Amino acid sequence: MTVEAEAAIHADPHHIPADADYLTYERGWKSWLTTVDHKRIGVMYLISILLAFFAGGVFALILRTELLTPGRTIMEADTYNEMFTLHGAIMVFLFIIPSIPAAIGNFVLPIMLGAKDVAFPKLNLASLYIYWVGAIFTLVAITQGHIDTGWTFYTPYSTRADNSAIWMTIGVFILGFSSILTGLNFIATVHTMRGPGMHWRRLPLFIWGTYATAVIQVLATPVLAITLALLAMEKIVGVGVFDPALGGDPVLFQHFFWFYSHPAVYIMILPGMAIVNEVIATFSRRKIFGYMFIAMSSVALALLGFLVWGHHMFVSGQSEYATMVFSALTFLVAIPSGVKIFNWLATLYQGSISLESPMLYSLAFIALFTIGGLTGLFLGTLSTDIHLHDTYFVVAHFHYVMVGGTVFGFLSGLHYWWPKITGRLYDERWARVAFSLVFIGFNVTFLSQFVLGSRGMPRRYYSYLDQFQPLHMTSSGGAYVLGVGFLVMAVMFAKSLKSGEKAGRNPWGSAGYEWQTSPRPHPHNFAEQPVFTRGPYDYHLASERELFTGTDAEWDTHVAKKAEA
Amino acid sequence: MSTDAHGNSKFLQHHYDTPAQQFGAAKLGMWLFLAQELLFFSGLFVAYGVYRSWYPDAWVVGSHLLDYRMGTANTCVLLLSSFTAVMAVRSAQTGNQKATGNFLLATIFLAGCFMVVKYFEYHHKFEVGYLPGQHFAPHGEGLVEIVAAARETGVNGVPFHLRTFFGLYFVMTGIHGLHVLVGMFVMGWMWNRNRKGEFSKRYSTPVEMTALYWHLVDIIWIFLFPLLYLID
Repeated sequence: MTVEAEAAIHADPHHIPADADYLTYERGWKSWLTTVDHKRIGVMYLISILLAFFAGGVFALILRTELLTPGRTIMEADTYNEMFTLHGAIMVFLFIIPSIPAAIGNFVLPIMLGAKDVAFPKLNLASLYIYWVGAIFTLVAITQGHIDTGWTFYTPYSTRADNSAIWMTIGVFILGFSSILTGLNFIATVHTMRGPGMHWRRLPLFIWGTYATAVIQVLATPVLAITLALLAMEKIVGVGVFDPALGGDPVLFQHFFWFYSHPAVYIMILPGMAIVNEVIATFSRRKIFGYMFIAMSSVALALLGFLVWGHHMFVSGQSEYATMVFSALTFLVAIPSGVKIFNWLATLYQGSISLESPMLYSLAFIALFTIGGLTGLFLGTLSTDIHLHDTYFVVAHFHYVMVGGTVFGFLSGLHYWWPKITGRLYDERWARVAFSLVFIGFNVTFLSQFVLGSRGMPRRYYSYLDQFQPLHMTSSGGAYVLGVGFLVMAVMFAKSLKSGEKAGRNPWGSAGYEWQTSPRPHPHNFAEQPVFTRGPYDYHLASERELFTGTDAEWDTHVAKKAEA
Repeated sequence: MSTDAHGNSKFLQHHYDTPAQQFGAAKLGMWLFLAQELLFFSGLFVAYGVYRSWYPDAWVVGSHLLDYRMGTANTCVLLLSSFTAVMAVRSAQTGNQKATGNFLLATIFLAGCFMVVKYFEYHHKFEVGYLPGQHFAPHGEGLVEIVAAARETGVNGVPFHLRTFFGLYFVMTGIHGLHVLVGMFVMGWMWNRNRKGEFSKRYSTPVEMTALYWHLVDIIWIFLFPLLYLID
């Protein structure tokens, strides 16, 4: 290279040295707030959703404490109603929905594609800002006092009660647009930003899952938006679309709400499944079994998710023919879910399995999601649903899917990509301790709720019959163990940030593309544009260098030693 | 091609390889946004369908209370504005900066006409008490018009659910009107960028995307107009 050419490169404001990393390349809070780097945006999302998760978790522990005894334990019934509303709304809208796509997806997806960034980086930053604005509205709703509608905002109660429900619905309306724009960005990115050699059959399955999720985000969320807009106008101008006194129909609200909120369940679970694909393949050191089946089952789940909303309304007074159709369609969901479970098990079979913490969470995901999924069939069956509807059985069922599924998937991904995000390793022993506590605590909390529900304990009740107390106390005890588990995990991650060992490029020895970039990725993800010549699970085609787990310095000594020998 | 000192194109963002890739992404993103918009309005259309089938009398009478002449005028105005929007895109693509600006201004003007007509329609309805939902309280001329419309359509008495009809009328046309305002704002922004010479034969993507949005606003009105004004 001539001296002039070199000088020109250094003068170029867009040129970034090859050894730069995304965290330290620019410094100061301003550089974070104005960044368009998807990795930094992902990290800011990660911090935001973890704060929301903490808040939602505290509300959950307060709930479980109140339920230790029948009648008053630590708070009045009204406060209790607010607590479960806040727990539900914060966990669903501020944590689970953005958790995997917006935080982890933002970080990993463009790297996996071999792209420098998402298709619309500024829009990506805008989504984050919109999320923050939505979160502020939610906080205002909390300080405005008294929101006790549950996270579903069923009318007429939500429009008759005081105004805080409206603040919350406006907040969720805004959060919805954040979700839509993220989904839109991801679809455009997957379609137009794939690096050389990255054709559709080479897409990592994490991307297939996130892509299917994005389709739901773009097509379902606007329906929630218009529903909440109508709800707000109901309250503010008295439009009367859902008000029976004015000729409106509250059941129509439920149809609209669940037309979004059932697909939203797939917004939550599909990304969790997407992470499990990556982790299972990496820790089995094996090509994933039935790649195309897994990819297509994600798409099938996304489509079927739009056709089953009526199963939330079996006892809401919709026509009995509709309930039959919705029940039948609901059973269809079991097919693509089963396809995934069997493919994961087939991948494990004869794999070279290592049980590090990400793998533990993913294996737990398979078990817990199976329980959550199969108990869903009890609720999709018309006759059993009449008995189980609105009991703790439902609560236990969706917590097995949302926590046992999504949160375990999220934790699996967080442990898995932690070295790539932070460039540091964490203490595996403490990670396993935390896992054990979380796993045991979770099961104790919610298995007992299956029993409670099948014996007739209704959900959302402040008090209960004495005979339910032992099970309620068990459930609360489990919740405390779960809380301690998360505390241990938080300390473990904090220690890793502060003094964790520096990670190599590929600490798990994965064949996945994202592990081929530097330990903490270059601001443009790869210092040089990669060309993909093999699939992300092709362990038989990956070079020794690609699968090497140590740092670059260790690789050099490794090579030198080999040459000596 | 306009480039900076280092041979980088001014309009090609750093994370794209080619202008074609950037254009493809922008177009796909915009179509996804339009899909999202359609589903946003779909809730309103479903609510309309449900209540129309429940309260056909109220819908027929309500429709007769809307001024179809104003509605027709507004439909023509919007169709014409879609034409001027297309012409703006065409001018931008052929690099005719002056024509682009003028067609954008024409589109904004027509959108403004639409809003003015809408204002007169709303104003009249407010005056005679055709308000949404719980505020529905027709009086004076308003009552006379309702009775006349009921007689004309063979409906007995004043249908109670006229309030639901007007509730949906105001929500649907209101949200549509909001989209018109946003469109005017964005086209003003495009006009300004065009004035500064940011568009050329090689790069006119933002104008094209704005026009796509404008056509959606137009198409939604094409559905709103007959559903609200022309039913019998």
